[in-house]
Amino acid sequence: MIEVKNVSKRFGDTIVLDNVSVNFEQGKTNLIIGQSGSGKTVLLKSIVGLHDIDEGEIWFSHRHFNALGFKERKEIRKEIGMLFQGAALFDSSTVEQNVMFPLDMFTDKSYEEKLERVNFCLKRVNIENSNGLFPAELSGGMKKRVGIARAIALNPMYLFCDEPNSGLDPKTGILIDNLIKEITEEYNITTIVNTHDMNSVVEIGDKVIFIYAGAKLWEGTKEEIMHTENKELNDFVFATSLAQKLKKQ
Amino acid sequence: MIFFEQLGKFFLLLTKVFAKPEKYRIYYKQTLREIESLGINSFGIVVIVSVFVGAVITIQTNYNIENPLLPSYLVGVTVRDSLLLEFSSTMVALILAGKIGSSISSEIGTMRVSEQIDALEIMGVNSASFLILPKIIAAVFFFPILSLLSMFVGIFGGYLICVIADVVPPSDYIYGIQYAFYPHYISYAITKVVFYAFIIVTVSSFHGYYASGGALEVGRSSTKAVVHSSILVLLANLVLTKLILS
Ligand SMILES: Nc1ncnc2c1ncn2[C@@H]1O[C@H](COP(=O)(O)OP(=O)(O)OP(=O)(O)O)[C@@H](O)[C@H]1O
Ligand SMILES: [Mg+2]
Repeated sequence: MIEVKNVSKRFGDTIVLDNVSVNFEQGKTNLIIGQSGSGKTVLLKSIVGLHDIDEGEIWFSHRHFNALGFKERKEIRKEIGMLFQGAALFDSSTVEQNVMFPLDMFTDKSYEEKLERVNFCLKRVNIENSNGLFPAELSGGMKKRVGIARAIALNPMYLFCDEPNSGLDPKTGILIDNLIKEITEEYNITTIVNTHDMNSVVEIGDKVIFIYAGAKLWEGTKEEIMHTENKELNDFVFATSLAQKLKKQ
Repeated sequence: MIFFEQLGKFFLLLTKVFAKPEKYRIYYKQTLREIESLGINSFGIVVIVSVFVGAVITIQTNYNIENPLLPSYLVGVTVRDSLLLEFSSTMVALILAGKIGSSISSEIGTMRVSEQIDALEIMGVNSASFLILPKIIAAVFFFPILSLLSMFVGIFGGYLICVIADVVPPSDYIYGIQYAFYPHYISYAITKVVFYAFIIVTVSSFHGYYASGGALEVGRSSTKAVVHSSILVLLANLVLTKLILS
């Protein structure tokens, strides 16, 4: 479980996160939704410590993350897997080396054992026989999937995904969403996913929080979101003309 | 003000770089990779530039001292001392600052803006140390080799032009390069080169590591890397020359 308590973050004079408090539950896919520029990425990066927060507390399973020193933080980070908005694969390494990297760095396994784990993770994300390819040779969706494989290589307890399906066709998007949900439930991970895709919300949103201009305006389940009274959220959920038509019916 | 802020950031980065490595075996592998990309891949340019410069200094020196009272072996002496004292250390370092400095800073800068550095940090890897330390080690060990190479090849270039173009009799040239030879010129050059290597790698890495934005900024940071490391090499040259030779 990850607890975020009264977190605020400013860049210069602009307030990007405004007193955000939320609990992300274990074994569930927690979604952060909001329009572009609302602060989703900043929130995610603040939770994992890539941004220093100005106020508030962040707790990973009863460990006060942002009060810890560099060394202790590192221990928690080894329990974290993260998929970045642009996948962030290492350009100069192959798919296999990318996924093997965390294993090289933090385990003492033999090459064969590591390779077995790598192939297992790659198979889990439906990428096979691409071990020797470089990131530049992959499609956008494949990059994201390799990114997920790398994120789960060390059996993380916490999984963060920043827009795992943006820029993908709806079908591949749903595939990746479901993959994340399956992994979350299978290994009882605390998963946080950033998205502005309502498809994902309907598919996998065990718990959804809505960020608007840096503040948390709403939280609930995917069932509740359809009947919300909150105006901003309503505008967001029913932004597409298709959704508006469906709502009128 | 900004200058002191940058300076502070630079030294903060250095303390991160010199933290204890997580896993020696991986750092060792990285270092070998860097030796290849920073060192071995620079052989060509060092050889080409040094041969030509050695030849040109030979011709020019001969041209300048065309005086029957001066023995022609002085050409060999001058070529040797110019190479040993200045060219094979400082000038080669400036050439390497252009070649290696820009490649280091654009490599690290690209990793920064495409979030690869964040990805390392998230895994619990000390990204500064992991990316920069192997480069420092590789350069500090390999730049002296490149410098020695430049000395030999430069002197050979002078000999070659003597043979080909009949500038001075080759035997006089050979005599000249052995005449009044002070071995400590070499250790002086090597000492300087070690400092230069450190300067070029750390300054270029610094500019890449703190690049932000996109491809444009990465390009800008690599220009800055080359300019700043060249200026610092020249400054260091002045200080070290004063310290060592006086
Ligand atoms: N490093 C930074 N420096 C200054 N401002 C920043 C920085 N990173 C983000 N911001 C600002 O913070 C705000 C929130 O950005 P963020 O990236 O979190 O949006 P987002 O919700 O993830 O959007 P998207 O869906 O487009 O990814 C934006 O207004 C952005 O300009
Ligand atoms: Mg974002």
